[in-house]
Parts: sequence; C-alpha cells; structure tokens
Amino acid sequence: MSTGSIDTSPVLDTLRAAVPDAAIDGLPSIDMPTFVVGREHLLEVCRTLRDHPALQFAFLADVIGVDRLPAEPRFEVVYHAACLGPASGAGAPARRVRFKVQLAADDGWVPSVVGIWPTANWLEREIFDLLGLVFDGHPDLRRVLMPDDWQGHPLRKDYPVQIRKDTATWSPLQVSVEEFAENMRRRREEATRQAQSPHGDA
Amino acid sequence: MAELEIPVLTTTVEKMVQWARRSAIWPVTFGLACCAIEMMAMSCSRYDIARFGAEVFRGSPRQSDLMIIAGRLSRKMAPVLRRVYDQMPEPKWVISMGACASCGGVFDNYAIVQGVEQVVPIDVYVPGCPPRPESLIYGIVQLQRKIDQQRMSA
Amino acid sequence: MDGYLTILILIGLGAAFSAGNVVLSQFLGPKKPTPEKAAAYECGMPAVGDARERQSIKFYLVAMIFLLFDIEIAFLYPWALAFRDLGMVGLLQVVTFLALLTTGYVYVWRKGVFDWGS
Repeated sequence: MSTGSIDTSPVLDTLRAAVPDAAIDGLPSIDMPTFVVGREHLLEVCRTLRDHPALQFAFLADVIGVDRLPAEPRFEVVYHAACLGPASGAGAPARRVRFKVQLAADDGWVPSVVGIWPTANWLEREIFDLLGLVFDGHPDLRRVLMPDDWQGHPLRKDYPVQIRKDTATWSPLQVSVEEFAENMRRRREEATRQAQSPHGDA
Repeated sequence: MAELEIPVLTTTVEKMVQWARRSAIWPVTFGLACCAIEMMAMSCSRYDIARFGAEVFRGSPRQSDLMIIAGRLSRKMAPVLRRVYDQMPEPKWVISMGACASCGGVFDNYAIVQGVEQVVPIDVYVPGCPPRPESLIYGIVQLQRKIDQQRMSA
Repeated sequence: MDGYLTILILIGLGAAFSAGNVVLSQFLGPKKPTPEKAAAYECGMPAVGDARERQSIKFYLVAMIFLLFDIEIAFLYPWALAFRDLGMVGLLQVVTFLALLTTGYVYVWRKGVFDWGS
C-alpha cells in the first residue's frame, strides 16, 4: 500500500478491532502491511491472525531475528505470515503481513508461536542458535546450525567473524538409545539454562 | 610379501599392484557444496572420469578408494568427515577439491574449517572456485602418478 | 555332451578368477584394522542403538506360504507338459491336488496371515 496512510490497511483495522488492548503500531512499508506488537500481546495477536475469519493467515512464512547493535532496542523478531487465498480453501483474500517484536539487549526472550504455527519450531531454534533469543514455551529449544556444544551466538554483532579454533573431530562409535535421549535432553536443558542468564555468553 | 627377497619379482608385483590401484580408483560421494556440481560434471559424459578408472561413485566408504572432498567443510560436519574417512579400507587417498576444502576459501569465519587437512591427510589439492572439470581430472591424473611411486607395504 | 563341457569350463574359469582375486587381495592387501574402521556405517554419525530389534513375524509367514505355493507351481509344470498323455485321470488327480492346497490357502487367509494392516 504505497499510497495513503499505512494505518488504514484492512488487516490492521480488523486486528485492532479484534484485539483492542494490543498496541498495533503500523510501520512504513512498500510491500505488505507491517506493524509492531508488544511481546505481551504477541500470542493473542498471532492467534487472531490465524483464526479470524476475515484474516486467516494460516501460513507462517518465516521468523527472523535482527541484531541492531548499537541501536536500541537491540533485538527484533520479525514474523512474516501469509494467507493463501480462496484457491487454497481460505475464506480471506490472498495477502501477506509482517509484524515484529522489539526486545532490549538484556531482555531477549519472546513467547514461542509453535503452538499456533508448528512450522516455527526450527525457525525459532535457528534464531536461538545464532542470536541467543529465548523462545518461552518452545518444546525443543536446542542449537540447530552450530555444533551442539558451541559456546556463543555467532550472528550477534559483537561476535568475532574469524575464529581460530581447533576443529573437533571426535564422535562416539556407538550410542545406545538411552544415551541418545539423554544427550538430547541435556542439550535442551543447557539451552534453557544458558538462555536464562541475563546475558547470553559471547 | 615383504619376505620375498627376489628383487625382480617384488618389482614386478609392485608394478602390477600399482597399475591395478591407479587404474580403478573409485571415489566415495562426498560432495558438500558447489564443487560437487563440477564433480558431477566431471563424471558425466562430456568430461567422463570413467575413462580414467573412476567408474562409479560408491555410496559406501567401504567400497571406495578415494574421497574427493568437494566443497565447504563446516565445523559441525568435521566429525562426520573424519568418521567416513576412517571407515574407508586401505589403500585410500584424499583429494581436496576447491578453495574451501583446501584453505577455507572465501569463508574465513566461525562456521567453516579453514583447510580440510586439519581433519584428514590430503594427497592432492585442486585449487579453484570451483575448479573446472578438467582441473579435477588433472588432479586425479596427478594422484595416479603419485600412486605409481608408492611402495607397496604389506 | 560337448556343449555342457564348454559351460563347465566357463563356470570353472569364472569361479577360479573370483576366488583367485579374493585370495590375492588377502596376500597383497594392507591390513590395518582400527575400531573406527570396524564401526557400523551410519553415514558418519554415531550409530544409535542396537540393530538387533524384533522383526515382525509377518515376513516369515509370507515367506513360508510363498515357498509352498511355489513348489505347487513347480509340480504343475511337468503335468502341463505331459498333459495329453495323462488324460482325464491325470486331470482329476491334479484337480484334487490343487483343491487340497486351496483349502490350506483359504485356512491361512481366514487366519489373517495376509492382513498387514495391524
């Protein structure tokens, strides 16, 4: 919507009518309605976006994390949702929406939307792995791209680009099923413990 | 056969073994990134590596002689590479294909191993980004020349 | 008998070549066993769990039934070749044979051997 005010987009109006106490601030954009939402209303807004008959954004396209050091607030989590239109059985027209949650540097947690869009599982794991933002309520918050025992979150702006480190090449020959489940459980717990410290270890 | 003292017989047998080894080097599929595309091109009809003996790319390391590490090796993949290399039976050789496998290439960062030689011993380095199929064929021919000079150890 | 001798020589040469190569590689091949080399191949990842799991009994039952009916078909071939000479008596005998085996087949069917849904 390049002409007119972004605030009067039908998506934003419907959302404001459905969730009146969430402060939906429209942002300027050239391709799709974009707004900022507070962390405390995120789940309610997401559920409305998915279930409201006029919205029906049943498809979560991507979840992205942004590190804006030295700007404040430091972190942003950006969600892209899409309605696939009447051709796919939805009762609403085909369109996309973008919304973001802004987080301060020492307050990097966000409720997980896995319960609403299951595809967010690995997307949020990737953000946790590379930026250190914790997703509250995620069933399986572990590293996904870096090795399981990596320290630090590489895509933060204060993480060094070049690492001079020995490459670990050992892996066990045979693991029993119990050991495997135990390793997964331990990685999950380490992730949540690491995340609960106010600053992720760099 | 090291107990045989007859030098002529040993030399002849050695030459035969060297010829047999260099004429049928079967690679194991270890294409990691873009260099794998050039490796596939090399194995297809235009550049045809089969005429040099690398008839098939074996899926299992147990049936292969050569590992062509084609592409970027990430730190997470390094134990996998080491394990697959360990599971290849002797005699085995390794070709490091491309810049990323040889030295980290353009990716000098946290994720990429800066040179696969930190993980496995390498026989031939083939530079390029990606190396043309003819370059990789030249690398395999150089490896064949190296095999010709290898003593046979029992 | 001349043709058979040729085939026998061919079989012998093939077997000798295969066996000779295996024996030769035992002598000339390097032997460097390591625990990593002997580990189970799991595409480079550590193998999780034992491969000795309980398999379903259905595979065994289907194999047994297949074997029985394969032998039945093997008996039908010579009967078909000598069909004219055996006449009506032979036909009745074969029909009895097939009827007995079909009874067994129906029994197995009703017992649920072919039911792979559960």
